[in-house]
Amino acid sequence: MTQTTPDAPVRRQRAQIKVRTLRTDRWWLAPLLTFLALSAFLVYGVWAIFDGSYYLDPYIAPFSSPCLTTSCAEGARLFGWAPIGDWYTLPPGLLILGLPGGFRLTCYYYRKSYYRSFWLSPPACAVQEPHGKYSGETRFPLIMQNIHRYFFYAAIVIGAILSYDAILAVVHKPLGLGSWILIANAVLIVAYTLSCHSCRHITAGRLNHFSRHPLRYRAWTFVSKLNAKHQPLAWASMFSVMGADLYVRLVAKGIIAFPFA
Amino acid sequence: MEIERHEYDVVVIGAGGAGLRAAIEARQQGKRTAIVCKSLFGKAHTVMAEGGAAAAMGNVNSDDNWMVHFRDTMRGGKFLNNWRMAELHAKEAPDRVWELEAWGALFDRTKDGKISQRNFGGHEYPRLAHVGDRTGLELIRTLQQRVVALQQEDFETHGDHEAYIKVFAECTVTRLLKDGDRISGGFGYWRESGNFVVFDAPAVVLATGGIGKSYVVTSNSWEYTGDGHALALLAGAKLINMEFIQFHPTGMVWPPSVRGILVTESVRGDGGVLRNSNGERFMFNYIPEVFKDKYATTEEEGDRWYTDQANNRRPPELLPRDEVARAINSEVKAGRGSPQGGVFLDVSSRLPAEEIKRRLPSMHHQFKELADVDITAEPMQVGPTCHYIMGGVEVDADTGAAAVPGLFAAGEVSGGMHGSNRLGGNSLSDLLVFGRRAGAGAAAYIDGLPARPKVSQELVEEAHAEALAPLGRSGENPYEVHHELQRTMNELVGIIRKAEEVSEALEAVEKLKERVQLVGAAGSRIYNPGWHLAIDLRNMVLVSECVARAALLREESRGGHTRDDFPGMNPAWRRKLLVCSTEDGSSVTVEEKTQPTMADHLIKLFDRDELAKYLTDEEMTEFDGIAKS
Amino acid sequence: MSYKAKFKVWRGEGGEGKLEDFTVEVNEGEVVLDIIHRLQATQAPDLAVRWNCKAGKCGSCSMEINGKPRLGCMTRMSTFTEDETITVTPMRTFPVIKDLVTDVSFNYEKAREIPSFTPPEGVRPGEYRMKQVDVERSQEFRKCIECFMCNNICHVIRDHEENKPAFAGPRFLMRIAELDMHPYDVADRQESAQEEHGLGYCNITKCCTEVCPEHIKITDNALIPMKERVADRKYDPIVWLGNKIFKRAK
Repeated sequence: MTQTTPDAPVRRQRAQIKVRTLRTDRWWLAPLLTFLALSAFLVYGVWAIFDGSYYLDPYIAPFSSPCLTTSCAEGARLFGWAPIGDWYTLPPGLLILGLPGGFRLTCYYYRKSYYRSFWLSPPACAVQEPHGKYSGETRFPLIMQNIHRYFFYAAIVIGAILSYDAILAVVHKPLGLGSWILIANAVLIVAYTLSCHSCRHITAGRLNHFSRHPLRYRAWTFVSKLNAKHQPLAWASMFSVMGADLYVRLVAKGIIAFPFA
Repeated sequence: MEIERHEYDVVVIGAGGAGLRAAIEARQQGKRTAIVCKSLFGKAHTVMAEGGAAAAMGNVNSDDNWMVHFRDTMRGGKFLNNWRMAELHAKEAPDRVWELEAWGALFDRTKDGKISQRNFGGHEYPRLAHVGDRTGLELIRTLQQRVVALQQEDFETHGDHEAYIKVFAECTVTRLLKDGDRISGGFGYWRESGNFVVFDAPAVVLATGGIGKSYVVTSNSWEYTGDGHALALLAGAKLINMEFIQFHPTGMVWPPSVRGILVTESVRGDGGVLRNSNGERFMFNYIPEVFKDKYATTEEEGDRWYTDQANNRRPPELLPRDEVARAINSEVKAGRGSPQGGVFLDVSSRLPAEEIKRRLPSMHHQFKELADVDITAEPMQVGPTCHYIMGGVEVDADTGAAAVPGLFAAGEVSGGMHGSNRLGGNSLSDLLVFGRRAGAGAAAYIDGLPARPKVSQELVEEAHAEALAPLGRSGENPYEVHHELQRTMNELVGIIRKAEEVSEALEAVEKLKERVQLVGAAGSRIYNPGWHLAIDLRNMVLVSECVARAALLREESRGGHTRDDFPGMNPAWRRKLLVCSTEDGSSVTVEEKTQPTMADHLIKLFDRDELAKYLTDEEMTEFDGIAKS
Repeated sequence: MSYKAKFKVWRGEGGEGKLEDFTVEVNEGEVVLDIIHRLQATQAPDLAVRWNCKAGKCGSCSMEINGKPRLGCMTRMSTFTEDETITVTPMRTFPVIKDLVTDVSFNYEKAREIPSFTPPEGVRPGEYRMKQVDVERSQEFRKCIECFMCNNICHVIRDHEENKPAFAGPRFLMRIAELDMHPYDVADRQESAQEEHGLGYCNITKCCTEVCPEHIKITDNALIPMKERVADRKYDPIVWLGNKIFKRAK
């Protein structure tokens, strides 16, 4: 084919616009609030782990459940089970913290929120990020985000235990405000867990023929509906677990002491 | 003067459905093919098609077949269609739709997993393959991706994606080049850089779409400047049926930015009613004599139809498109229009809000986002909008070949297939069927060519000078000339035509021709829209002249051509085609030509009673002879 | 109802340029693209803007309005106050040709790198049988009008030109998901999504979903499910083992 192109293509470059963004709205507000809320959660979490008042029959603080060491009070142990002996002297909450923590850390929604608010990558849409290089989740350590599904399995177990704790509390103290706070928390935790993207994938997302798996398809449809609310559920369950945990501790410390506490 | 030059076997102008299908066919037959389009690849006006592609697959009603589809098409076109095209179209549409599926299209499905088909005006059975209300997008994307697939194949074998098929996006062709009688290529410019380009090719397929931009109110995009129509005329080909333009009755009239954008027919199908400024359902005053027994005469009966279609007649809002368009036009002219110059289309008082959102999601969205009108709470304002031109390049039905050897046309730019009025859904299938045929026709033409025609340097220089001319002049603003033309056509050669008005339009067009010669475009050649418009004006004016001249000659009303002074259909005129041609582009001549008689095996598909409404007595006698044999 | 609005429009060629001030009439019901057209018709006849359908269906008039990627034809003037200065710039991620028109060839090159729909051998046109529920996911992605605003806003390439060769952008990662979920597609797309098309670069910050004028849930319905499918293949030993055993049993 004879082709002649007389004019060398003009060297092409982007429009030279010096400012980081031309956005005129308060784009910094959302990442700022996220930053503050997530930081508060972290700070609270560290405090809660080292706080000893996590149990007052029949309430157990969610951050410390299941309690797996012999140092745990009898009623705080899951089915009275304490596989970890006296040699373990650190706070019992540390043992299980990694599971729900890891679930949230690798959660597709939390990833978005902390990449934006902590790492500023990007701080908001169409706002230039401050980093010179970017490789995303292609290499270590961020490639580890792909293990989210294992944390999901663990989170299911934790969710079941928190539900069990809450039901137990209701059975023992049906008129206690704490029982119902734990129930509300368990519902939100379970809903958040089931709304997970990995869960959606496992139920049927990985299939190409829904029509051949009607039950899994129905499960997927249900999870998909929850999944659309993943972000609000993530926040709601974060605040509920924090609130429920604090409530139990305050009751255990005797700071909250009204009759139906 | 050094000009970029490309050698191809086939150059396809236009990258809508027809153009892409033609290019795919040419490439599949081993021809080196260029696709030249004014927009980016994949943005062609085909994306606007909503309803679907008509193909008698019989997936929903197994009684459907090509013969039923053929009959519907001929009826829709008031028997003015090129019967051979209508036959090929009806027979081949299913294969073309299935082929898309094998290229990755995902149509909506029936329960048993086949392509779902929907009802549409004028089609006897559910026939339109569709994807929600974005079928055109699916079609263009599938064809686009098919082109990419072929390029990937070529990369495998030749190491170059563009070895056999290349897209020249944002490139406008301004002249076809000829060697003697034969096509030898085309001349154009890159919109981006303003640099000129010559295509050296023995075959050119026109697939440039319509002419809507000659009208103020149109559902068509800026690309629809009649380029293909004009290029063909200037190259010596002929246009037929140019007087037939389909005006869709319900286009948005407000806000100005979206004036003309379609409001789908299903709004009325789902209960929407038309009212004038007095709040009157005026359509009851416009039921024509021939439809008197088929439409409700009271609002009560019309309303009952929505729930009980067996025992009631349908409301007159659901009359054929041309009837409704004319009625709206009359109301507005009589001063009973809405504030923004349309009439009210109200569904808010007819259905609960939730129901409207469920049944008409895209309309709800369209009015909410574009007009800030909540159609669940207030009426829409609608008016007729220029939608489609039935006329176009006269082509051979089987190959898409125009009168000029080496020139082919397919899609809206070609004429004949739809007669005087196109049925909804027949456009997308037309693109596919005749796009493929034109591509194949071009390939076969090249195979039979003794020697490759040569590009004449003289013609290139002429085209070059013509394209550059507006830049050198400091003349009138091309936008003003364009507005004037649009107003003229809209007001004087619109839905309802009168001899005096059309004559007035012709005079105006004569004057506009002179002004076009003098428009000037400021600025450089780099992406200069003013200059582009100045060049397009030549085409729009030429095509408008065709429309006006043919409209003046045809003294009857049929389909997309309504003469106030000749309100009825005249069987004698059914046998006549009006053929436009030009000597040198300075003026258009229109001649009458006899419409070929329908083949025996096709005419036998109709009842005598029905034919008698359209055919002359002489033709009926012939028919009786055929029917007997 | 009309008023004079203040506009700043980026004008220039090949990267060099600046924001130019305009004062221009605005009438009720107009959109930003109308104002750009008015500028063309009255004050700057050679102001370049790409547009086509004017109804949000073709995806041609992508630009950045007050810093946010928007379709000019779908941005109503009534969303701004009358005294606001409206800044209109070309898409930032792509080289600029002139004024508001950018060179989007990056996207067409990426489109070409994604292997096309690959049906199984022996299925003839007309023989395809697919259930509605099986095509719905891919149908959502096929609503895409290719405005390329998702690729424009994605910080992976918006802020890092050097990532362009390795990253297909949300539009084409979504295309991979569309094909991977197609009931009749037999090509293996999961490994290559990660290895060749840069799915790993996505950090799911969801700007693509935020700008999509078709409201396609690009992140939740295409990119994350694709990441999970990749995890099945590359990062999940249990699935890997299960597949091995299952294949043997067959």
